[in-house]
Amino acid sequence: MRYVYDTAKYVTLVVASIVTLMPLVTIVMASFKTAREFQTTGPFTLPENFDFENYVTAFTSGRMAQGFMNTMIILLVSITGTVIIGAMTAYALDRFDFRLKKVVVGAFLLAVLVPAVTTQVATFQVVNYLGLYNSRWAAIVLFLGTDIVSIYIFLQFIRAIPRELDEAATLEGAGHLRIFWQIIFPLLKPAIATVVIIKGFAAYNEFYIPFLYMPSSDLGVISTSLFRFTGPFGAHWEVIAAGVMIVIVPTLLIFLLLQRYIYNGFTQGAAK
Amino acid sequence: MPTSLKTAPRSAKRRISVPRSIVPWLFLAVPLALLITFTFIPVANMFWYSFTSWNGISKDKDVVGLSNYIDLFTRPELFRVFFVSLYYFAASFVQMALALYFATILSFSTRFRNLFKGILFFPYLINGVAIGFTFLYFFRPGGTLDAGLELLGLGDHQQFWLGNPDIINFSLAGTSVWRYMGLNFVLFLGAIQSVSPSLYEAAELDGAGRWAQFRYIILPSIKPIVSLSFILAISGSLAVFEIPYIMTGGANGSKTFVIQTIDMAFEYRKVGLASAMAVVLLFIVLLITWIQRRIVPDEKVNLT
Repeated sequence: MRYVYDTAKYVTLVVASIVTLMPLVTIVMASFKTAREFQTTGPFTLPENFDFENYVTAFTSGRMAQGFMNTMIILLVSITGTVIIGAMTAYALDRFDFRLKKVVVGAFLLAVLVPAVTTQVATFQVVNYLGLYNSRWAAIVLFLGTDIVSIYIFLQFIRAIPRELDEAATLEGAGHLRIFWQIIFPLLKPAIATVVIIKGFAAYNEFYIPFLYMPSSDLGVISTSLFRFTGPFGAHWEVIAAGVMIVIVPTLLIFLLLQRYIYNGFTQGAAK
Repeated sequence: MPTSLKTAPRSAKRRISVPRSIVPWLFLAVPLALLITFTFIPVANMFWYSFTSWNGISKDKDVVGLSNYIDLFTRPELFRVFFVSLYYFAASFVQMALALYFATILSFSTRFRNLFKGILFFPYLINGVAIGFTFLYFFRPGGTLDAGLELLGLGDHQQFWLGNPDIINFSLAGTSVWRYMGLNFVLFLGAIQSVSPSLYEAAELDGAGRWAQFRYIILPSIKPIVSLSFILAISGSLAVFEIPYIMTGGANGSKTFVIQTIDMAFEYRKVGLASAMAVVLLFIVLLITWIQRRIVPDEKVNLT
């Protein structure tokens, strides 16, 4: 019985792994084929040799360098902003009692429920009105302004930091800004790690916001640069495959390096 | 409440003292400004637009009352997109079942456990456009799937996976399962592993088999996260966007509610009608969330 159970277990795991990896493995193989080779061989035929020509084509003609650049700018600014804003909000909501606190908390709570994708119809008008259309700022402010989950994560975490610390610092003569910046903020490190991970992947993978708000060809991010491959490389799957790999490889590397933090981050983030 | 009042004079020596009642507002100014500008103003505007026939450009917005809403529920071509959600909703059951199965077997000691865990989770981290292209290649005639079927001797079962309107939504919902299963799996696994191992040992000493352990230890421990995932699956299946938009642009009957809304607003310039659709979706999502909070009281979601 035990033997049957174990066999079934490993068989299903191996099958699931094959199903999961197969679509990606064939993309890897396609990415190393020449145009002629791609035409004449099937998806499971190994490439004749591993040269990176398609990668060079994808990277240069697909303007991927610029895509990475824009993605990194947006990612760094919006992550920094999200961390500071999330921590400030959590500090204000957890450490102070003030009039209208319930209203403010309710406003943040309500906002979590609004799926951002539904309000784009009207958000577009606001972004346009602010003159942010077709600039990196559109993506940055939208990443900052609509990220309530991070605030949640900080709120959960800040509650566990004993208030005695604040009080002791107050007795020492520290002001609120100093308490926040020098005492609370450093203690929020685990929450910051969670937010950076979730937000980092979200920003790297975001397609819709840059697609809608940053149509200029100079403002391509990773997702939109890759999406634009369909036009010029429409029939050249080997180049598209290389482009897909260029986008996936950094994700894979980060995943392999930070596995444990990533699992923790997503487990904590999603439960909120 | 911490009392800073006692020491106020001391700190006042070195800095301009700000009344304590103002302090939280200083910290909240930027977050609130962003919240209002990018969530509440758009939602309010959306309601307003939904009663007009605005095209998104012109200066005047003609009020048309409820006619956008009437259109939405009476014109079958607008209504049909709700049915597409059903494919994704059904797929989310498959996704949940797979996640539950793999989380359960990987919670017991398994060789290469971390490798399997990593493989199953990794798709969730991949860029949506990269996934879209990967699966366009997977489903294209003569692509990975067709070649795989050929290899298994199932060549007769080859289909126009993305060309046949009867099949396309299965293909796309399947892609969605591939992409999102890993997150459910890791969440379930985390919940199962939070159960103290001594419980399993005790159960094993009592002669409980795998099934009994699953039924009486694992299932109760992950019930909250499973029910939460189900509720999210419902609103998620209504808000499906990326996979079908990137892969087919909504062609061949794969148009989802959100794609339709977006097309209506930015392609056909019917911002009024699109807003009405967005309002309806928002209400459905709020309703589902409200029901969730009633059936699954979860102290973790409590903010204060």
